[in-house]
Amino acid sequence: MAEFKRPDGRKPDEMREIKAKIGIIPNADGSAMFSTGDTIAIAAVYGPKKMHPQHKQNPEKGVLRCTYTMNSFSVTERIRPGPSRRSTEISKIIEWALEPVLMLKKYPGMVIDVYVNIIQADAGTRCAGINAASMALAHAGLPMKNLVSSIAIGKLDKQLVVDVNKAEEDWEEGEGATDIPISMTGDEKITHLQLDGKISKEQLKEVIELARKSCKKIIEIQRKTLKEIEK
Amino acid sequence: MSRKIVVPGESIVKGENYLPGEGTEKRGEEITALRYGLEEESNGLVKVIPLSGVYSPRRGNVVIGKVEDITFNGWVIDIGTAQRAFLPLTEVPRYVNKDALEEVMEIGDMAVVKIWSINKRGIDLSIKSRGLGKIEEGIIIKVNPNKVPRIIGKEGSMIKIIKEETGCNITVGQNGFIWIRGNKIEEELLAKKAIFFVSEKSFIEGLTDELKKWFEKEK
Repeated sequence: MAEFKRPDGRKPDEMREIKAKIGIIPNADGSAMFSTGDTIAIAAVYGPKKMHPQHKQNPEKGVLRCTYTMNSFSVTERIRPGPSRRSTEISKIIEWALEPVLMLKKYPGMVIDVYVNIIQADAGTRCAGINAASMALAHAGLPMKNLVSSIAIGKLDKQLVVDVNKAEEDWEEGEGATDIPISMTGDEKITHLQLDGKISKEQLKEVIELARKSCKKIIEIQRKTLKEIEK
Repeated sequence: MSRKIVVPGESIVKGENYLPGEGTEKRGEEITALRYGLEEESNGLVKVIPLSGVYSPRRGNVVIGKVEDITFNGWVIDIGTAQRAFLPLTEVPRYVNKDALEEVMEIGDMAVVKIWSINKRGIDLSIKSRGLGKIEEGIIIKVNPNKVPRIIGKEGSMIKIIKEETGCNITVGQNGFIWIRGNKIEEELLAKKAIFFVSEKSFIEGLTDELKKWFEKEK
């Protein structure tokens, strides 16, 4: 394929610069920051603690409760603070992406609270949120089968690119932009896959292959960050 | 012996000669970590020592808690766990008037208790040993429960230094609550400062010597 130019000059399979840190919120039982380029997400984990209200308790297994919020100053045009249709949906997505690795059977009647906060947004916020939350859960000392990493693959016209930013998300030439966020565990099992747009079956396979490579890199960064002893 | 930090999903050792201990799981040939912490291997048993997270109760732990509620046959005590901890009347080593449980402990009182058993319904406590019971005087401070082993030190070496240097009596609860009682308030405050010093510097090697130096400077 001919040389494809991305708006910020990256190669198609090149991610933005990643920064990660753990233990950023002293009051939380576990916390982490994850940023790719201009997208910054922080996550705080509280618990396991007693589920309140009581009628939401599950006597069979613990409950994972995620809350995704975007700060009003995180985007160029101020957004109204507080829950919205979009944020409730993403909260649920984060729960589903992380639940398969958590061993909630050990915590009947309890809840693990995960708060994901986007302090700066430049597309791929749910992926940054999942990456941060996965690290925060590990930092909180919860038993997990594996870490989870997440990446958004984009299709700009016909070209596949990794880790889309806002400029690419608004791509209008040709077929337009398709956004495919994917989350994977450390042993390359998919826990979450979304598709916003149109894509052929063959190309979706390529997408998953790209995501697999990128998630591997992200997991490495997550592991490295967790291994650096605080202070 | 160097101990390294492991993350969930990371394989620690390979081979048939190892057994999975706490915080680990056997996956095929490998033993994999299930939680974030330090790996430790002794006699083929591999386990992970947690570095962070909430206090997880264990049988036999001595903890410090606050009386939350009084029922007809005992006290509900908040020991910082999600499960309900209950101190039944029968586990109190003295005569108690069943109509006046508050004569022994009232809501809001602090007590040193021992975890007697852990079951599905909750935690059962006991005060039937020496050094357990209601706290009458002194100060109580809270530290990160993961730092408790460091504060106690190897065979109690660290806490022994603090006790000797300050002349205070100190009870360390496994849930991170520490009870200090001395003759003078100054001594208690010095002990408190020393404990915070240890918990902040917990990652330093040779901390006992460091603590001795710190005491010399403080005096």
